[in-house]
Amino acid sequence: MAQVRLQNITKQFDGVTAVENIDLDIADREFMILLGPSGCGKSTLLRMIAGLENPTEGEVWIGDVLVNDILPKQRDVAMVFQSYALYPHKTVQANIEFPLKVRKVDKAERAEAALAAADALGLREYMGRKPGQLSGGQRQRVALARAIVRKPAVFCMDEPLSNLDAKLRGETRAELIALHQRLASTFIYVTHDQVEAMTMGSRIAVMSRGHIEQVGTPNEVYAKPASVFVAQFVGMPPMNILPAGTLEEGAHLVGVRPEHLRIGSGPLSMTITLVEQLGHEMLITGTIADQRIVVRTASDVVPPSVGDVVSVDADLSARHRFDPVTEKRIDTP
Amino acid sequence: MTEALTPLPTVIPGLDRKTARRRRKSDRGKYRLADSGLALLMLGPSIVILGAFVIYPLIKAVFLGAQRCSVQGCRDTGFNQYVDAFRSTQFQNALLVTAKYALITVPIGLVLGVALAVLADKYMRGVGFFRTVFSSTIATSVAVASVIWFFLLNKDVGVIASWLGGTAQTPGYLNDPGTALWAVSASSIWANLGFTFIVVTAGLQSVPKDLYESAYVDGAGGFTRFTNVTLPLISPTLLFTTVVLTTRAFQSFGEIDLLTSGGPRGTTTTLTYLAYGNKMPTSGDDGLRATISILIFLVLVVLALAQFRGLEKRVHYAN
Repeated sequence: MAQVRLQNITKQFDGVTAVENIDLDIADREFMILLGPSGCGKSTLLRMIAGLENPTEGEVWIGDVLVNDILPKQRDVAMVFQSYALYPHKTVQANIEFPLKVRKVDKAERAEAALAAADALGLREYMGRKPGQLSGGQRQRVALARAIVRKPAVFCMDEPLSNLDAKLRGETRAELIALHQRLASTFIYVTHDQVEAMTMGSRIAVMSRGHIEQVGTPNEVYAKPASVFVAQFVGMPPMNILPAGTLEEGAHLVGVRPEHLRIGSGPLSMTITLVEQLGHEMLITGTIADQRIVVRTASDVVPPSVGDVVSVDADLSARHRFDPVTEKRIDTP
Repeated sequence: MTEALTPLPTVIPGLDRKTARRRRKSDRGKYRLADSGLALLMLGPSIVILGAFVIYPLIKAVFLGAQRCSVQGCRDTGFNQYVDAFRSTQFQNALLVTAKYALITVPIGLVLGVALAVLADKYMRGVGFFRTVFSSTIATSVAVASVIWFFLLNKDVGVIASWLGGTAQTPGYLNDPGTALWAVSASSIWANLGFTFIVVTAGLQSVPKDLYESAYVDGAGGFTRFTNVTLPLISPTLLFTTVVLTTRAFQSFGEIDLLTSGGPRGTTTTLTYLAYGNKMPTSGDDGLRATISILIFLVLVVLALAQFRGLEKRVHYAN
C-alpha cells in the first residue's frame, strides 16, 4: 500500500511561506500531477514527500507510516530530477545500479536488476556509456531506470521532461504513462506544463501561491474550474473572463472557454484585433469592454477582418461563474 | 516578378583563370603576412617579458650549470657536472629529504584542506566567519608563518611544545633530528592550507547539489555521498592541488631557512636549500647552484608528468 497523505502541511524558508495548510490524499497507484506556475510550491511539496525537506508544520504519511522523521532511504521513495542528476563519472550501468549498491545488494543480483530496468527502457546497448555520451532523451531514460530499479512504492518526479525538445517530450509522456501502468506504483509528478498534466495524470492538484486551488481529474479541472486561476491556468488559450454585467445580469464574473464563444449573434460586441489561422483551427482575438477575448473556431469559416465589430454569445451551459472578490466558482457543480 | 539573382563571378571579367588564381594566391600571402605582423605586435610584450625573465635565464642557467664559479670568476667543467651533482651524496640526501617533506606536507595538507572545505561548504549561520579564518593563511607570508611556528614550537615558550611535553632539557622540535622535518612541515602545511581550502571550496561549489540529493534519496549516507559524488567530481581540483603542493614542497626555502637552516645534521636540507642555503657546499658557487636548480627543474618536470599520467585516469572532467 502506498497511498500518500499530506495533512495540514506548511513549509517556511527563513520566515517566507512556500506552502501553507496543504491537505492532499494521493491514492495507491495513482498518477497525481502537481500543476502550477513557477514558485507556487509544487516542488517543495514533492521534496517534503521525498524527504528532502521537512515540513514546518503538518504530517506526511506514506501508507500507514508517519514519515516526518524518517530518512528518505527508509520511505521507499524514488525521485527523478529535472536535471536527471546522473553521476557523470559512472557508466549507465553503474548509475542504474547505484541505489542497489548503497543498499548492499549482491553484485550479481543488482547487475540482473539493472539489466531488467535497462531493458524496460531500451537502454541495454548503452550500459557501458557515460551520461555525457548520451542524448537528453537517453539520459532521461537512465534517470527513470535508476528510479525503477529498486521498485519503490512511490515515484516522485520533478519536471522530468522540461529539458527535452517538444517531439521527445511527447514520446516520453507516452512512455511514462505506459511505465505507470506496468509498474502499478504511485506516481507524483510535478510540472508547470498543462499538456503533461492533462494527458498523464489520473488526477491533477492545481497549485497557486502555496495553496491547492483544485484537485480533480483532468476533465473536472478543465470542465469545472474551481477558481479564476484554475480556469485561466488550464486550457490554451485560457478561459475568457468577462467582467460582471457584460454577458449576464449580476455582480459575478463569467468565464467562457474560447471554443464555447460563438460569433454571429448575441449580446456582446467584440472589436476584432487579430485573426490567427492555425490550419486546424482559427483563433480570433478581440476586445469586449476593454477585456481581451479569444474565440476558437473551425479553420474553414470566413474570418472577420481586423477592426470589424461582431456579435458574440455563449450557451448557458458553457458559462462558468466566479465570485468577483474571492474569484472562486459560485455556480452549482 | 523578381529577377533571379546573378551569381557573383568567381573570375573577374577580363582576367584569364591562371592570372586570377595567381592573384588570389598572392593576396592570401599578403593577408597572411599582414596577419602575422599584427599577431607579432600583439604577442610582442608577452614574448619580450617571457624571453627576458624566463627563457633567457633558463638557457643561461643551463650553461652556467656546466661551470664552477668563485670570486675569481667561472670556469667550464662540462655538462658532466649535472651527472656528478645528481650522483653526489649531498644531492641524493637532499632529494630524499625533499621527497619525505613532500610526502608529509602534500597528503596531510590536501586531507586537511578538503576536510575544512567540506565542513565549510554548508549553509549555516556563521559559516562565512570560518571560511575567512580557514582561508586566511593564503594572505600570510612564509616569513610570518615561520616566525609564528618558531614561537609555537619553541621549547621554552612555545604553546605546542608545551602541549606536547617539551622540557628545557630536550633539544626542541626544531633542533631534534627526529622531529625537525615534521616541525618544518607543520609550518608549511599551515601556510598552504588557505590555498588548498580556497581551491577545493571552489571545486565543491561546482558540484551540482541535486546529485547529493539524488544519492540521499537513493539511500547513500554521508560517507558514500562523499566517496561517490564529492571526490570524483572534485578530482580535477585535487589533481591540480596535488601538483601545485608538490611543486611548492620541492621549492620550499623560506620556512627551512628561518626555522632550521637545513639542520639539524642536514635532516631538513631540501634541494632548494642545498642550492641556496648558507653554509651549503654550493655557497659562493653560482655554477653549482645553477646545476642544482636545473636538476630540481628536471625532477619537478618528471614528477608533474608522473602525477598527470598516474592520476589522470582517476580524474573525471565534466563533459
